[in-house]
Amino acid sequence: MTDVSNKPPSVSQGSFGSQMMRRIQSHWRQIITVIPFFWLLFFFLAPFFIVAKISLAELAIASPPFTKLVEWTDSGIVTIRLVFDNFVYIWEDSLYFDTYVNSLKISVTSTILCLLFGYPIAYAIVRSGPVAKPLLLFAIILPFWTSFLLRVYSWMGLLADQGTINNLLIALGIIDEPIRMLYTEFAVYIGIVYTYMPFMILPLYATMEKLDNSLNEAAADLGSRPTNTFFRITLPLTMPGIIAGSLLVFIPATGEYVIPDLLGGGNVQMIGRVLFNEFSRNSDWPVAAAVAIVLLFILVLPIMVFQYFQGKASEER
Amino acid sequence: MYGNRSRFLTIMLTLGLAFFYIPMILLVIYSFNHSKLVPVWGGWSLRWYSELFQSPEVWQAVSLSLQIAVVNATFATALGTLAGLAMVRFGRFRGRTLFGGMLVAPLVMPEVITGLSLLVFFISLNQLIGWPAERGFATITIAHITFSMAYVAVTIQARLTGMGQTLEEAAADLGAKPFKVLTAITIPQLTPALISGWLLAFTLSLDDLVIASFVTGPGANTLPILIFSRIRLGLRPDINALATIMILVIAICVAIAAIVMFRQQRADMLDRQMAEREEG
Repeated sequence: MTDVSNKPPSVSQGSFGSQMMRRIQSHWRQIITVIPFFWLLFFFLAPFFIVAKISLAELAIASPPFTKLVEWTDSGIVTIRLVFDNFVYIWEDSLYFDTYVNSLKISVTSTILCLLFGYPIAYAIVRSGPVAKPLLLFAIILPFWTSFLLRVYSWMGLLADQGTINNLLIALGIIDEPIRMLYTEFAVYIGIVYTYMPFMILPLYATMEKLDNSLNEAAADLGSRPTNTFFRITLPLTMPGIIAGSLLVFIPATGEYVIPDLLGGGNVQMIGRVLFNEFSRNSDWPVAAAVAIVLLFILVLPIMVFQYFQGKASEER
Repeated sequence: MYGNRSRFLTIMLTLGLAFFYIPMILLVIYSFNHSKLVPVWGGWSLRWYSELFQSPEVWQAVSLSLQIAVVNATFATALGTLAGLAMVRFGRFRGRTLFGGMLVAPLVMPEVITGLSLLVFFISLNQLIGWPAERGFATITIAHITFSMAYVAVTIQARLTGMGQTLEEAAADLGAKPFKVLTAITIPQLTPALISGWLLAFTLSLDDLVIASFVTGPGANTLPILIFSRIRLGLRPDINALATIMILVIAICVAIAAIVMFRQQRADMLDRQMAEREEG
């Protein structure tokens, strides 16, 4: 392939293969761009429109279980039936409304908890010595690569009524009866903070690494106390990391399915779980699609903010 | 900026690491528990490992998951690399904003939305052109490529901006055509990012439960689907054994990726120092 590119055009005009090669060489930039672009258009963007379409259909006893939007009648007239019933149903049924509110409450609280604990951890790593730093970073990244499902599962063993924490507390004589922790909202918070914390720490670390310590020193020289320096210099300068990390936790946590299912049992209602059950157990696809569209609508603004900051970050690097 | 951690920061770091690792360590320890009840200690034993290895269900799931992961990682790396190159090296082109948006959105999109939308997409496609007739390997792999390529693209973009354009410009100055620069300079320079991108896509695929649950068909159980169906009903010692093996495998992969990246960073740093010395 490489030696062909050096040949003068007159030599490589001969066979079909070399003509192909020349085509590729003159249009390779377009080819490189078009392949992934069309993949995403086809498999990422187009599916959303189909979901939107189904959310406007009615449940039908058919396979797939929903009515067609566009129908050809006998006289050849196209009828389009848009049904907003699914959205009205979601709006009027307090179960869905409360579940959206509850999901947002849980994801916002978890994001704040991740920030409160993740910030000092990221700062501690940045301030570590040259040997400890890569090792600590590795220690934070390792659980991030380990199976998400198994990390959630590990807390089932800790939080169960007969689990490690209760057994330990009873053995120490602190409690007589096991405390109910698994299948509560508390367990869901633990699960989200535990699994999403690396997503908070890594962007925070990336922005903190670039901080110029001379600013802190200058502030100290001018008589600023450490807390004052932190709130007036360090915190504002690390804002991009805070925003990126918070969105990386908040957006996926809002639609979380596995954690409320395994650690919350049936006691914690989150919208991802409702969507999954609506789809898999009740087979009500139009309602599941409408639930997804509303969730997407709630998250579209945070997603766009995230894209904006990602774009800015990759240009600055 | 190092070596001056306050006591508060050290305490937080220690607590954080304990919080991260104690659940995993306990998970591993209990996998060697003889007792059928996970939290009740019944002495050391390899009983659950042997039960695990005798289960054909587990082997089928492992084999399906590995096949999907390898195909996914290869395609996702190829597509993600092309996307990363287009975003970083090709300047402005029509549709760049939409392209960049679609490339970043999968990183944060809730899995239930991606899963549901891909499923209805596959069903509509089947009605239109008769493919995919049944869901399983192909549909899961396509779904995985779609979200993994975004992660690969981020890795590639970071590497492309990190390595700068000096070598590429030098090659162009010496008369290399743009395509030649790409194949002879850019791609080889990207190798460490390609390796870590491949490994990232591989583990993302092995890890996915929600999207695979949506787009799979009857009989096609990936490993996470199998694990989830078992642990939904409570603690299972055989799953602890499986978890231990998976943690070990992933730790080895991550260690290799970390060493590759670390070496590359050091080589970059040496290059830069040499260049500075020559200039000075």
